[in-house]
This record gives sequence, structure tokens and C-alpha cells, in this order.
Amino acid sequence: MADIALSTPQATTTTSPRKRRQRPAISAVQWLSLALVAIFIIVPFYTTLLGGFKSIGELRTNPFGLPQTWDASNFLGILFGPTLFRSLGNSLFVSLATVVLSILLASMTAFAFAHIRFFGSKFLMSFLLLGLLFPSATAILPLFIKMRDLGLLDKHLGIIVVQVAFSLSFSILLFHNFFKQLPKELVDAARMDNCGYLRIYWYVTLPLSLPIIATVGVFNFVGSWNSFLLPLIALNTDANYTWPLGIMQFQGEHGSDWPKILAYLTLTILPAIGFFLVAQRYIISGLTGGAVKG
Amino acid sequence: MTMATTAPSAPSVLMPRRKRYMDRKSLIPLLLLLPPSLILFVTFVALPMVDAATYSFFQWTGYGPVTNFVGFDNYVDVLTHRNFATSVRNSLIVVAASLLIQLPLALWVSIALAEKARGVVWIRTLFFLPYMLAEIAAGLIWKFVYDGNYGLVPQIGDALHTKLPFLLADKLWVIPAIMLVIVWKYFGFHMMIYIAGLQSIPTEVVEAARLDGVKKWQIVRYIKIPMIWSSIVISVFFSITGALQLFDMIIPLTNGGPSNSSHTIVSFLYAFGILRMKIGFGAAVSVLLCIACVTVAIVYRRVLFKSEAE
Repeated sequence: MADIALSTPQATTTTSPRKRRQRPAISAVQWLSLALVAIFIIVPFYTTLLGGFKSIGELRTNPFGLPQTWDASNFLGILFGPTLFRSLGNSLFVSLATVVLSILLASMTAFAFAHIRFFGSKFLMSFLLLGLLFPSATAILPLFIKMRDLGLLDKHLGIIVVQVAFSLSFSILLFHNFFKQLPKELVDAARMDNCGYLRIYWYVTLPLSLPIIATVGVFNFVGSWNSFLLPLIALNTDANYTWPLGIMQFQGEHGSDWPKILAYLTLTILPAIGFFLVAQRYIISGLTGGAVKG
Repeated sequence: MTMATTAPSAPSVLMPRRKRYMDRKSLIPLLLLLPPSLILFVTFVALPMVDAATYSFFQWTGYGPVTNFVGFDNYVDVLTHRNFATSVRNSLIVVAASLLIQLPLALWVSIALAEKARGVVWIRTLFFLPYMLAEIAAGLIWKFVYDGNYGLVPQIGDALHTKLPFLLADKLWVIPAIMLVIVWKYFGFHMMIYIAGLQSIPTEVVEAARLDGVKKWQIVRYIKIPMIWSSIVISVFFSITGALQLFDMIIPLTNGGPSNSSHTIVSFLYAFGILRMKIGFGAAVSVLLCIACVTVAIVYRRVLFKSEAE
């Protein structure tokens, strides 16, 4: 109380809770450890971003400082080269198609489980959620055979349908949890008005579900954009490569010409970082939502 | 047509629908809503798992009919394969190190970052950033960091006036080196789970303890950690299953080398099953991995989630 009396009236409102606590919420030791972890996180990024501007000799002599001359030729060479934009475009197409299809299919299925009573719905739902137990890596070999037999190898369509299939379990879970929380009266009222289930799904439920659509969409987008194993076994024509395959190929061709590789890395991770900064809250809500329920 | 059907079915909406599991009005929507997902799921998720189990009992190179039944030979081959033991050992090391290094670090950091203070949101974003990065990109960045000629490790060696080994080419160092990348890449994920848990603790609880004079670290030990126990249980689960599936990062970092000493279970499957088209052998690895994942999940459900509910 003495503290409050001494300080000016404006200051009391902001400082009084802190005064009562006697010490700041985050101690000096904690700040120090945060700083150390931050350095640990930043240094690899920092050297990668700058490394593309340096010559190979300078990498050896001056790894942490700014480049002596900002030589953008590595970047320009890659930007005007044939592979970067082709592989990024392929990835974008595959990811967007995966996202649209997975949102559509998972929300349809989750709607049926949430709002329509039918024999075996519990069983079917558990069956579809089994996918949460199996990572796609475990099925990759028979998956390869299956795709080959269906003529889906080396086609983007093949990657898309397989990624959609493996994203279904988690997406259905998120949609189902969300649909269950929507007011039941809405669906009942629509049914009373003689509105069929399909129209309820399209005109009532989906427009109310934009937050969960964004979460599922962003989540599946990132998963598809970053995926490596499936494209690796399924695609074998350069022109069809997604960017992770493209960068591995580039790295293979340029051996240890690190400035070139670092420039290529920079160009591929910058869009990802930009997207992440915009979309991170959806990613986090998907993580925590799925984690709490799953 | 629609008018005729509504009259009798309207009461069934009002009354609790007990006996009639499926009325005519829900049949057609079900036939449109369910099959697309079911077909995709059965074709590309369920059937391949069944196929894996089948193939694992045959010797097959991927072409022609599957006729050469060999019983459990593939499993014997896998279990006695020198590099399989290494890959299992590596996966277990990754699990152990995640539990002993990564999760404590994530917990320590999250206790600070769950507070409301200036700059906290930015630090959280920064720490979460590596998780968003593709494993391939993370692997290549660290391959550069570890590069014995041009990377950062030799610079650190120069500063210490010693010659550090080429970490990724050294059988002794390669696994610790990979571990460091895993911590870098994934601790932010676990941190986010903990932060979400910590922020859902009612402020009154912490405030009441504080007013009673309980010290900050006692609050953490006796109130916060018990109250986010379910988050910890979940993050342990993710770090175990994640370690079992580790693959993408291994390829750019070491590709399983030096001399096959850094394989994980999935990279072993890739190198010895898929690349050599030994379908039966690879399928046996798949089945074993699958059994491991399912066992972890079931044991987890039974033991930990249950004890947490009590």
C-alpha cells in the first residue's frame, strides 16, 4: 500500500499488480536461457540466408559476418533457371488440390457422422479414425505397388489422392468435434423447414465452419507442401518434381557448392516463412485442438 | 413428392428417434456423403496395410504373381539384419534423447513464455518456426552447419584451436549431431502444447497460491506441472511416434551413412526394402513398425491416459 501511495495516480493502475507480486513474471535467469535458445534457433537461419550471397572462400573465412560484397548472382541464376519455379508450382498445385479435396471429403463425412443417425455410424467412424494410428511411412511399400497398379505413379493426381486419404482421419476428427459443438437447433430448425441434409450441409453447416476449415486447410497445406517420402517414391520425371525433390536434386548436382545450395534453400524457405507468419494461429489451434481431443 | 414424404416423417424429427435408424430422407445423403472418403481411405490406407501383412509372407520383387510363400523367413531376415538392429537402436536413442533433453527444454521455455510479458509472442513464433520448416530444408541447413570444410562446426573448432571431426561422417558423432537437429526442429512443437496447457490453468489458482506466499518454482512444481500433466502425456506420445517415423531429415543429413550407422527404421525400410525392390522384406519391416506404433498407442491409452483421468 505504501508503494501505491508513493507512486503517481496514473502509474498505479499499471504497476500495482506487479508490485504485489514483488518480482517480474519472467526472471533474469529465464530471460538468459530464452536468449541462448533464441541464438541456437537463429544462427542456422542467419548463416543460411547470408551464405547465398557469399563466395565459397568467404564462407570459410567469414561465416558469421555480413558478406563483403552482396553478390546476388547465385539467386538470379536460380530465379531465372528452369527448376525453382517449376517445382514450387508443382508443389503449390499438389498442396492446393490436396487441401480442397480433403476439406470437402472430410467435412462431408464428419457431417454425416455428426448429424445423421444411421446403423453402424460409430463403427465406421472408429474405422476411419484408425488412420490416426498408422503413419503413411508404414504403408509406403504396398502403397507404391497400389499406385503402380492403378497407374498413378509419376502423376500429381496420385500424390494428391494418397495425401487426401492419409489426411482424412485427422481432418474428420477436427470437423466432427467442431460440428458437434454447433447449436443442434440450427440443424433441427432447418430440417423442420423441409431442408434436406445436403442443403443443410452446404448452406447451414459449412458457412458456420470457416474457422475449422481454415485450420484443417492450413494444416493439410503445410503437410502436403513439406512432404517428401511419397513424392520421392512416386515421382520420377524431373518436370513433375515437387520442391523437396527439386532441392535434393539441385544439391546432388552441385555437391558442396554451398553458396548455390544456400541460395536455393533461402528461396524455398522464404515463402514458407511468410505463409507461416500469416497462418500460424490456425496451425496452433489445429495442434492443440487435435492434441486435446486425440 | 417431397410434400408427400414430409408429413409422416415430421413427427420423427420432433420425437426422439429411437427405433428407426435410417429413414428414407437420410439414405440418399449418406450415399453421397460417405463413399468418397470411404473409398479413398480403404484403397490407400486400409488395404495397403493389409497388403503389407500379406506381402510380408512372400518373396516378391514387385513384378508378376505373388506366389513364393516363405512363411516367416522375411521376418527372420529383418530381425537378424545387422543394420536393422542399428536402426532400432538409433530410433530408441532418439526417443530417449527427446524425453530427456527436448521435453524438459520445451517445458522450461514454455513456463516463461506462457506468461504475459513484452516480446513473448515474438519469441514463441521464433521458437515455433523450425517446426514449420520442411524436414528436407532443416536437414540441408544443418548439413551445411555440420559441413567439415565450409560449415560452422570447423569455425567453432578454429575458435577452440582444435580440429573437430566431420560430425556427420563420424560413426560416434553422427547420432548426437542428428539429435541436436531434432531438438532444434521439434522442441517448439512441444513448447506450444505446453503453453496451451499452461494458459488454460485458471489464473485464480496461481494467484491464490501466490498470495499464500508460495514461491514461484513451488507453484511450477506443485501446481502448474500437475495441472498440465495431460499436455505432457500427449507430447511424450508425439515424440515417441515421431521418433519411430523419422525419415525425411535423415536423407539430406546423412542418407543413413556413414556405413549405414545412422539409419532409422523408416530409412532402413527405404534403403533396404524399397530401393532394392525387396517387397517381402520391406513389408515385414512395415508390419513390425506398424505393430510398434499401435502397441505404443494402445499401451498409452490404457496406462497413461487412464491414470491421468483418475
